[in-house]
Amino acid sequence: MTKIIHKHKLPTRWMHWINFPLLTIMIWSGILIYWANDVYSIKVGNTIIFKFFPESFYKALNIPYRLADGMAFHFSFMWLFMINGLLYVLYTGFSGEWRYLIPDKKSWKEAWLVVLHDLGIRKQAPPQLKYNAAQRISYTIIIIMGFGSMISGFAIYKPVQLQWVTMLCGGYESARIIHFILTILFVLFFLVHIIQVIKAGWNNFRAMVVGFEIKSEKINKDENNNS
Amino acid sequence: MKTIIVDETTEKRFRRRSIIAFIIFFTCIGVAWMSWKWLYNQPLDNSIRGGIQKPLRKVLDMNMDVYSGLYSTQHLVKEYPKSMAAPKARVNGNVGMDEDLFDTTSWKLTIIRAAGDTLLLTLNDLKKLHKIDVVHNFKCIEGWSQITWWSGVRFSEFAEKYKLTKECQMKFASLVTPDEEYYVGIDMPSMMHPQTILCFELNGKPLPMDQGYPLRLIIPVKYGVKNIKRIGTISFHNDRPADYWAERGYDYYTGL
Repeated sequence: MTKIIHKHKLPTRWMHWINFPLLTIMIWSGILIYWANDVYSIKVGNTIIFKFFPESFYKALNIPYRLADGMAFHFSFMWLFMINGLLYVLYTGFSGEWRYLIPDKKSWKEAWLVVLHDLGIRKQAPPQLKYNAAQRISYTIIIIMGFGSMISGFAIYKPVQLQWVTMLCGGYESARIIHFILTILFVLFFLVHIIQVIKAGWNNFRAMVVGFEIKSEKINKDENNNS
Repeated sequence: MKTIIVDETTEKRFRRRSIIAFIIFFTCIGVAWMSWKWLYNQPLDNSIRGGIQKPLRKVLDMNMDVYSGLYSTQHLVKEYPKSMAAPKARVNGNVGMDEDLFDTTSWKLTIIRAAGDTLLLTLNDLKKLHKIDVVHNFKCIEGWSQITWWSGVRFSEFAEKYKLTKECQMKFASLVTPDEEYYVGIDMPSMMHPQTILCFELNGKPLPMDQGYPLRLIIPVKYGVKNIKRIGTISFHNDRPADYWAERGYDYYTGL
């Protein structure tokens, strides 16, 4: 006996995969821009723990002296990135898919259980529908982060004509820091996401491409799949 | 989430669907990769000096239409108390600033009203006009910014005083250094902004040589690149005048 579990809707899959190269281009061109004034670092007292970014990193990615390049790509692809993000929000809202996505009352408590389970500390994973509690929270936060990047981006880009947006971000310098931190968080999200997808296995990954999972009886006992 | 239990033939159908979906998936990756390569290898808009891919220039020009729609002379740049201004303004860029080739005593501001119709002005002529202060957060296209205190005369007031009304109805102004090494093109609405000044003082003292003595432009609605130091000539055009950094791949408009 085989089960077909319909998981991700077609628009969700398209927008997910379109977002991937777009976000990559935005981050890459963002680093080209950041290089021209790379003032951020993590400090404890006066000691620099980590400088954004080390020379070797710049060299490996061919970053130096490409500010004009970076701006041209960033301010061209931002439109596609924003449109795709907006369509996703609209689709998720109107299709009712948001019901599976937005954290509910249980999510905040359950998310810990998911994390403990993923770290191998707790054996049993909490029950889930399409997304588990940790996924609900992170996939909702990532959308808010995308919105934050757009807002802080405009705050840096048009600080005079959109002065109120810049003020909302706490000023010009502060908007640039917010924009930068959000980018770092996107990268961290991506790393965790990849690890989880690999851990969750083929069936889960396939569902993001084809839309459904195929489960035969034998595999049925192992219900745990998270990504 | 809908779950259905299927027999063997239906399962086969789903497996086939799955294969087709993956073929489409990989085809899309291929198309996306080729589109990227295509874009990346497009001819540059300025092959002599370097530049950006032509399609990107088109988008930047479209952006200019979008953002000049947002622009209003009513949108003032935030000003700060003079006490917050940096005691030493950062110097960035020295194109067109060769001191050995520049004679401070013979400098005059040249305004080209029309071919063969020029106006020559001294610094004292400008100083007779109403002087204003602009204390704003000067923003460099590189990403840094600094609160600085500049003084000079409003360009719009200057244009009115010297009867340049007709010229200022054209679309662009071109500003060039005396040695013609550095040059900017600026859209007229930004030139006529009330905080755009022909500037001759920094922190209440005459401009230092490296800040463009005797006269520079301070235009807070643009990045630093358009705030040309040491103005030699100003002229008016309907077509875009040459712009030093736009020729090197930067956005022409660079409006804030």
